[in-house]
Amino acid sequence: MKHLLGTDGLDRDTALAVLDTSDGLKRTLLGREVRKLPTLRGRTVITMFYENSTRTRVSFEIAGKWMSADVVNVSAGGSSVGKGESLRDTALTLAAAGADCVIVRHPASGAAHRLAGWLAEAGTSVVNAGDGTHEHPTQALLDAATLRDRLGDVEGRRIGVVGDVLHSRVARSNVHLLTTLGAEVVLVAPPTLLPTGVADWSVGDAGSLVVSHELDPELPTLDAVMVLRVQAERMHGGFFPSAREYAIAYGLSENRLRLLPEHAPVLHPGPMLRGMEISAAVADSPRAAITQQVTNGVHVRMAVLYHLLAGEEDGS
Amino acid sequence: MPPRDRGAPEPAGQRELLTAGDVARTIARMAHQVIEKTSLGASGAPPVVLLGIPTRGAPLAARLAARIAEFSGVTVPTGTLDITLYRDDLRRRPTRPLGETALPQGGIDKALVVLVDDVLFSGRTIRAALDALRDAGGRPRAVQLAVLVDRGHRELPIRADYVGKNVPTARAEEVHVLLTETDDRDGVLLYREGESG
Repeated sequence: MKHLLGTDGLDRDTALAVLDTSDGLKRTLLGREVRKLPTLRGRTVITMFYENSTRTRVSFEIAGKWMSADVVNVSAGGSSVGKGESLRDTALTLAAAGADCVIVRHPASGAAHRLAGWLAEAGTSVVNAGDGTHEHPTQALLDAATLRDRLGDVEGRRIGVVGDVLHSRVARSNVHLLTTLGAEVVLVAPPTLLPTGVADWSVGDAGSLVVSHELDPELPTLDAVMVLRVQAERMHGGFFPSAREYAIAYGLSENRLRLLPEHAPVLHPGPMLRGMEISAAVADSPRAAITQQVTNGVHVRMAVLYHLLAGEEDGS
Repeated sequence: MPPRDRGAPEPAGQRELLTAGDVARTIARMAHQVIEKTSLGASGAPPVVLLGIPTRGAPLAARLAARIAEFSGVTVPTGTLDITLYRDDLRRRPTRPLGETALPQGGIDKALVVLVDDVLFSGRTIRAALDALRDAGGRPRAVQLAVLVDRGHRELPIRADYVGKNVPTARAEEVHVLLTETDDRDGVLLYREGESG
């Protein structure tokens, strides 16, 4: 694996290898006093975040440091980006400074792909940490890792993805990955929050994709429910009448949680808007896997860095 | 995959160094040596822990422990220690899957740890194992090494405390240990230069 730009096109074997490595790293580090492995000694990882982030940036930084890579964080605010430098020039600068891997988050869909093209000559690996409304592959991988923890396997499971699918790179990456792993994904959202081409999304051969506008009839059939954040910062216009109305129709309340089978966990990629898409009681219940997702996020990102940087360079 | 983990062997160009019976007798002899050298079960002797290095060190450690229990009546805890994340040649080969690290319940603090591997060659695996052991938690009283085959060509100042069989080899030859648990049969094979699968 040279880059991780999306889960669209990520084959099943590679995805499972990354998830297995993540499990192995988690078991290796469990209960250790010193959580440090020498595996990526001498490799330099640069995170380049053009959008706000807490968990993704922090968990990539921790992942790199636990593998002994040198991690440098660049944010748009404190860098030459503020002076008007282009994404391409910033990336070439970071590659010239010695980056083996650039982890990028950018508001423009496709930014990571462009970056990978520009950095091909330098041989720098690129990880997409979220590009616009396109993809967020490590989030989907950590969600899959969490589902494996809670359910044993993803294959044959019916996974609900509820809420603002239109603006969600998390939903898109999860649809690709979870169907590739053999799950049936049910997208549940009001028509205004579903992208027009959703029926044409590429779906893994092993799985399938279903779209629904009503949450309550779906809940009893689900093995897990993934609640998406309502992304007000990307909404320019009226997508639903009011926050209260959205919460009533699609918010995961305690009453709705009772409709969900006992074994089904609740996932949320964070940050959560309590009272909007998820009630505080559900978010804090043992059914919620939200902190487990964050913990898995570190191990999954370690695994991604391992697969990108530890093996022989094969140029593929 | 570790370098010793290769596909199905081909009959041409190979020589059987140890038969299945030899492997069993060799492990039995090593068990006696461990019992004697560690004063196993004697008062004041440190507790012994066997740690197998995946892939084939793990079943070897389990077999050694079974023989030790049979001969001495002492059950020694066993575990596995994966060294993949500590290798110094990661960037020379395609990405390797991780093996299993599972320390015994009681840990390894103050224990006499015997590392168990199938073939001792350059010594680099053992160097990585010592690093992995240091990070695994606990401070062993001492660390020893048991290998089924020592084929020479050391690149580091490392030697084994228990050797099943010393085999003089040419550097380009390959030694493959086969175990029922991983390869459906027991045996040790020597492949001539460039003739292994």
